[in-house]
Amino acid sequence: MLETIWFLLWGVLWAIYFVLDGFDLGLGTLLPFLARNEQEKRIIYNAMGPFWDGNEVWLITAGGVTFAAFPKTYAVMFSGLYTALMLLLVALIIRGVSFEFRSKVESPAWKALWDGCMFVGSFLPALLLGVAFANIFKGIPIDENGVFQGNIFTLLNPYGLLGGVLFVLLFLEHGALWLAFRTEGDLQLRSGLVAVKVWPIKVVVAVLFLIFSAVTTKLYANYLVYPVLFIVLALPLAGIFMSRIYMAAHSWLKAWVASAVTIAGTTLFGVIGIYPALLPSSLNPAYSMTITNSSSSPLTLKIMLGVALTFVPIVIAYQFWVYKTFSHTLTAKDLEYEEAY
Amino acid sequence: MDVVFLSRLQFAMATMFHFIFVPLTLGLSMLVAIMETIYVKTGDETYKRMAKFWGKLFLINFALGVVTGITLEFQFGTNWSKYSEYVGDIFGSLLAIEATAAFFLESTFIAVWVFGWDKLSPKMHLLSIWLVAVASNLSAIWILIANAFMQHPVGYVMRNGRAELANFWDVVFHKFAWLEILHTITGAYILAGFFVLGVSSYHLLRSNKVDFFKKSFRIAATFALIFSLVEVVEGHFHGSEIAETQPTKLAAMESLWETGSNVPMHLLVVPDEDNEKNSLEAIPIPGLLSFLAYHNPSATVKGLKDFPKEERPPVALTFYSFRIMVGLAFLFLLLSFLAWKNKANPLQSKGLLKALIWAIPLPYIANEAGWIVAEVGRQPWIVYGLMKTSDAVSPVSSGQVWFSFALLTILYTFLGAVDIYLLAKFARKGPEA
Repeated sequence: MLETIWFLLWGVLWAIYFVLDGFDLGLGTLLPFLARNEQEKRIIYNAMGPFWDGNEVWLITAGGVTFAAFPKTYAVMFSGLYTALMLLLVALIIRGVSFEFRSKVESPAWKALWDGCMFVGSFLPALLLGVAFANIFKGIPIDENGVFQGNIFTLLNPYGLLGGVLFVLLFLEHGALWLAFRTEGDLQLRSGLVAVKVWPIKVVVAVLFLIFSAVTTKLYANYLVYPVLFIVLALPLAGIFMSRIYMAAHSWLKAWVASAVTIAGTTLFGVIGIYPALLPSSLNPAYSMTITNSSSSPLTLKIMLGVALTFVPIVIAYQFWVYKTFSHTLTAKDLEYEEAY
Repeated sequence: MDVVFLSRLQFAMATMFHFIFVPLTLGLSMLVAIMETIYVKTGDETYKRMAKFWGKLFLINFALGVVTGITLEFQFGTNWSKYSEYVGDIFGSLLAIEATAAFFLESTFIAVWVFGWDKLSPKMHLLSIWLVAVASNLSAIWILIANAFMQHPVGYVMRNGRAELANFWDVVFHKFAWLEILHTITGAYILAGFFVLGVSSYHLLRSNKVDFFKKSFRIAATFALIFSLVEVVEGHFHGSEIAETQPTKLAAMESLWETGSNVPMHLLVVPDEDNEKNSLEAIPIPGLLSFLAYHNPSATVKGLKDFPKEERPPVALTFYSFRIMVGLAFLFLLLSFLAWKNKANPLQSKGLLKALIWAIPLPYIANEAGWIVAEVGRQPWIVYGLMKTSDAVSPVSSGQVWFSFALLTILYTFLGAVDIYLLAKFARKGPEA
């Protein structure tokens, strides 16, 4: 029971992370294509400014919770995906410093350097996380000792890459909608248009992903046993349609929320599909890392549950306050502000 | 090179690089919070400008501290997966608590502080910097509790082939952990104090914004003196705790080869690890080592020869790092005392101001040396007495670790250079208007 609760919490933490960091990873990826001048670039930076750091901590927490609640899964997953994770880290590092460093020297070359880092540091995590999660949904080749039998190219299989593309598209739309909600005038028009244009491609890739999932993974097994679970699949589907409807109505915040529902729903759809494994083995189901063979002791799970139930709601509360306080429409005036990026 | 060695090299590089930025974050956040408190209490705009100026340096430093910290959490899984499996039940939960209870607070409210000057009331804004300062220090406390478990494991039972949690409060509240916490955080405060003293001295010598930097100097001098005093006293108790719990580390710190009672401390020692002796031992102070370790001049102190060769840490590195740390600690006490004495009129001693500029890097060296003593001195154990470092490594290929080590080293070198350039640029520039 405790293990199952932790499994669900684990899935929820990843879902929150993708919803929150998803929009700023998407915006970072859009930066070179969407911004036409320095002022628009700065608006994009400042649209993420007060949030991206707090967003990224959800990744640290998702990683930390894997370590705390399922140490063996953490060990096998992180050592198995070694090179992919190192690339992810490098990307997150160059992205994180870009915010702080970019505005500190007045030189076009300097700014171009950090804009480049922002793009790579946003696009690469979106892609890598998608590839990683698709591979987890599909199962990765781990042997009976939990040793990964493959290399980074093993992960770059068609289904994995499709997952990567899906994540990139989900985040692109999510980011474009956030910018449309935070800006006005020309930039709002263009970012709204990006979201509208990404939407049909996203739908096609999502449908392909669902079909591929049925063919190449066992993701639907749990759903076929308990058809009621298909409600979870209804979440992302509803999100997809609602976001298009709100886009047409230019209700950008609502469209963004619908996009958030899509991202969270997609994550939970996959997570529920692999239960009770956190890391299914593609070699033999018996080698999988599951909630029973990889979890921490009941005492640790209990203490951690107390910690999580106390602090996660508090974190959500103050982050919600931060979003409310700093989510006004950005204008040129905000950029004159001394501390702005 | 084998995976163990490469992984150690990578981890050492990544932690030491991370720890260039952490101490300044811990201490400077406190100093900025103090400055802003004075501003809110007195309404004196100088203190607001102080919070902004030192806050800007804080932020440049903070950015690298955060991004390099993420690398460390991941590396336990990528490079030390056997370790993660073995002690994850305890160690992993401490890291997760750190993230949920402290790191979130710090990362969220730093942005509130940066973007909130005009959007929040002064009190609310002040609260945000205090939350950042407290959360940064809280974060350090949880990480140090996790590290203390590696130094002196308590509160666990061996079950299911791994260390499982038996008593959470034993893990959190044991003496070793809190001595380590006090020691490390105090070291960080000294560093921040000397950073502010050094930068202030630079401007005072150029008669630049004299009032502004005099006030900064005064706050930092008091801060640095208090914590230099605390560190010297606390360091002694930390040392005797190590004598109790990690006798091999103590022997390596002192390069003591033969077990004996009434052991003297030699002021001049040159260790000769290959021949299991010291090639030079001069100026003994009778019984001092016995006294420092066990508060009894005739106490028995175990020498390195009493331990099997394969259970001894690298002696020379531990020994010299320890000497550097302790030597610098006394220098900090002297310098901060002089600064504190001159704080009303620091310009009366230009020599001291010059020395304080040159002293900026010294606490960094002392902090890093301290970590070398703690971590290298713990070898060959990853968890003292429980698990060897060589058994902790991941089943990954050395090619992968080569790749990541090269990548991280290049990236860190570049980012370190950029960061120092920016810190120097804005420190020299001084406050706005």
